[in-house]
Amino acid sequence: MGPKTKKYGIGCLLSALFLCSLCVIGALPLCNPGFRPNLRFQLPAIQIAPEKLAVIPIPGFPLPITNSLVAALLASILLITFSFFATRKMELIPRGVQNFAEMAVDAVYGLVVSVAGEKRAPKFFPWVATIFIFVLVSNYLGLIPGLAAMGIKEIHHGETVIVPFLRSPSTDLNMTVGLALVSVLATQYYGIRALGTLRYTSKFFNFRGLFTLPALLAGEEKLETMDLIMELFRRAIIDPFVGLLELISEVAKIISFSFRLFGNIFAGEVVLLVIGFLLPYLGTPAFLGLELFVGLIQAFIFAVLTLAFMTMATLIHE
Amino acid sequence: MTPEAARLLAAGLAIGFGAIGPGLGIGLLAMGALQSIGRNPEAAGQIQINMFIGIAFAEAIAIYALVVAMMLIFVAGGI
Repeated sequence: MGPKTKKYGIGCLLSALFLCSLCVIGALPLCNPGFRPNLRFQLPAIQIAPEKLAVIPIPGFPLPITNSLVAALLASILLITFSFFATRKMELIPRGVQNFAEMAVDAVYGLVVSVAGEKRAPKFFPWVATIFIFVLVSNYLGLIPGLAAMGIKEIHHGETVIVPFLRSPSTDLNMTVGLALVSVLATQYYGIRALGTLRYTSKFFNFRGLFTLPALLAGEEKLETMDLIMELFRRAIIDPFVGLLELISEVAKIISFSFRLFGNIFAGEVVLLVIGFLLPYLGTPAFLGLELFVGLIQAFIFAVLTLAFMTMATLIHE
Repeated sequence: MTPEAARLLAAGLAIGFGAIGPGLGIGLLAMGALQSIGRNPEAAGQIQINMFIGIAFAEAIAIYALVVAMMLIFVAGGI
């Protein structure tokens, strides 16, 4: 028996065991005529708003503790513990946890430099890296198998459902909108800091062209009549309008950031639940793999888009 | 048609029609990316990164449609 036979042997054995177990489960109704599987199961609750686990009774402002809040705290604690252990007793030649942390930081820093350039990278790196790592951990918290079934039994709309203890924070619109707000406001801050308030706001309220109108009309720029009219339109009407569109697009960025992350991760959770009941053993690994990929991509996209918008906000045009 | 039925039908139509545009968009993006990788294999890394950014924008539109569909199913109970 050569090494190749041994390698295939273990795979074949595992596959055979798996198929046998499927056959045993499938044959139960056939072998035992009175066998009726217990079909009364409780689904985890599916709703857009995260479910409350407890309420802190502050008079006049009761503070709800939702399962996504608990999960977000857990994600923060995990990351802080990881950084604590990675930076303890730091050595010049890294080993173990420090090595892994340095690899991650190096990879993200390389990405930031490639998009923003050497000069701006140190300023943007903390934001982008934090967003990436936190969103990544928060996306993956919802994928841990078995957690959707651990929770409190409650009655919603007359049905008994399970309210899970942990729910991915990215499925909570509070978290995604908050992160998007921070991202867009930080972008404005960096833009103002780099360009100065007047120049930055003149991007959105572009009335600079209006000041050149008298010179234009007096004929100081030698233009044909048609070109003159076009230039008039451009400076007086089109430029301010485009600036206003840019302003609206900044607000749209908040909505787009938050709903992209929310929609992807929440839809992923719902799909996993549905597939778990539709195609129990065979479909779940495939869709878990898809959700792993989607979680990574969405974290990456959130971070890279923040980085790209920050870079564009600090660019000096013309 | 009962409001309940109309609600569910609307949810199906929302995501169904809403996914046509982004589907086409993502396909075009991937086509452009693959063509440029074919022409310039060395730039593959940079092209891939930009392709993913473009795909995220296109996919966001499909996500909006999905959120509308989910709101119709889960939230708009009293309508």
